[in-house]
Amino acid sequence: MSRSPSGRGGRRVAGVVLAIGTALALAACSSGSSGSTTTATAPTGSAQASAPVSAPGATGTLTVFAAASLKATFTEIGQTFQEQNPGATVTFNFAGSSDLVTQLTSGAPADVFAAADQKNMTKAVDGGVIDGTAVNFASNTLTIVTQPGNPKGITGFADLTASDLQVVVCAPQVPCGSATTKVEQSTGVTLAPVSEESSVTDVLNKVQTGQADAGLVYVTDAKGAGDKVTAVSFPEAATVVNVYPIAALTQATQPELAAQFIALVTGPDGQQVLQDAGFAPAP
Amino acid sequence: MTTVPDAVRRRGRTASASGLPGWVFLPAALGGLFIVLPLVAMLARVQWSQFAALITSDSSVDALWLSLKTSTASTVLCVLLGTPMALVLARARFPGLRLARSLVLLPLVLPPVVGGIALIYTFGRQGLLGSSLEVLGIRVAFTTTAVVIAQTFVALPFLVLSLEGSLRSAGRRYEAVAATLGATPTTVLRRVSLPLVLPGLFSGAVLAFARALGEFGATLTFAGSLQGVTRTLPLEIYLQRESDADAAVALSLVLVVVAVLIVLATRGRGGEGVR
Repeated sequence: MSRSPSGRGGRRVAGVVLAIGTALALAACSSGSSGSTTTATAPTGSAQASAPVSAPGATGTLTVFAAASLKATFTEIGQTFQEQNPGATVTFNFAGSSDLVTQLTSGAPADVFAAADQKNMTKAVDGGVIDGTAVNFASNTLTIVTQPGNPKGITGFADLTASDLQVVVCAPQVPCGSATTKVEQSTGVTLAPVSEESSVTDVLNKVQTGQADAGLVYVTDAKGAGDKVTAVSFPEAATVVNVYPIAALTQATQPELAAQFIALVTGPDGQQVLQDAGFAPAP
Repeated sequence: MTTVPDAVRRRGRTASASGLPGWVFLPAALGGLFIVLPLVAMLARVQWSQFAALITSDSSVDALWLSLKTSTASTVLCVLLGTPMALVLARARFPGLRLARSLVLLPLVLPPVVGGIALIYTFGRQGLLGSSLEVLGIRVAFTTTAVVIAQTFVALPFLVLSLEGSLRSAGRRYEAVAATLGATPTTVLRRVSLPLVLPGLFSGAVLAFARALGEFGATLTFAGSLQGVTRTLPLEIYLQRESDADAAVALSLVLVVVAVLIVLATRGRGGEGVR
């Protein structure tokens, strides 16, 4: 860090330093994003083991990409996992299943993928990122949610067609919306929603804030919202069961940990957490 | 190797062309690349063979048409509300002026989702004004009106900022002269102030239109998403991405083209008014 005596020389030095700094910053960015996708390039993390150690007590950082609806349950299961494997750290990326598939097929580094429906897992398989076969670990059905206390007195799916009701559903393009379409087909009741949201949380939010009188969400979403909404279950919901699959990824840098995590999710401990949140077992 | 005086002279010449040291151009070029490269990358992903079919589907045309309609409506609202606001901020003297200016700029720095939440609690069915409107039989939730409200909310600061800047740089000399010649304040405003800042008003309106066209978060949170009613182009792109990435890219390109046309319009006609 020597300083040039002349001002002009100082400027030139500053320019060179700036250019080098920029180049380094760019290089750091690119190595940061691609380095981890290529397998163990010894990241700077401290608890990183060079080779996967056989279970139990494996160490390393496990990256799990999971559907947004799994946020609460997987966070809890992740904590259990870390307690069982003190050397391991679990990091999550929760987002819409189709977003996650896009990220994975574009090379995002991850070890495990849990989707909210079969369609997106199939897309991931077709994209060549899934190692082995996916295992179904939970299922979810739709329910009607209304404002607390059900002020409009909705008792079944057919009630949602009442003309004075503002009903919000998911758009057919997203998993909860395609489930809604299937329920409509199986009941022969066609809804006239005031909005088709792009995520189930948007539907829930519209009901919670009183914008809408009723909405169709998953049982687990209704349960997670507590007393801010009232769930009205309807028998036809059972005809459309959304099954959640989980799988390890071909690009996993922690295949041992990935297998253990999947075992935990499908095992009794994980299943208990999922059931407490309102998920049904996989069929 | 050249002698020192030569080098100095040459550097002096380079500097005189732009008044800038040469090294500034490197990070500037990198910055430019940073903006252009993602657009080029997106262009490379467009499926040209299906492009026409993708952007002329019912849902795409509905979304584009709705976007243009609502953005125009909110730009008109911005001009009607924002011009007096800019005049007051630029010319009036009252306590709390600084605070007022900061508040006006708030939608600019708020995350749009936050704006949407705030709008729900204002115009929503159980909101501050919404519950009264509901009694009157006016329902804003899930209507095209809600989209226009959301767009106006986020776009208004752009017009106010741009116009206030023009008013300040135009100064008050001509206004003062007109007033001494006996013109009423309204005449001064109509015949002197506004014609002087017309370029600023134009570019402010174009910026507001562009911001309204790109509005996403507040609309999604506040207005909902239904084809032909509330699903504007950005919402349609977001939804298409779930099922048909090609359609999302094609529609994104349409939005980019519209945005580029808008930028060219500002630069071409009223650009010098932006200060």
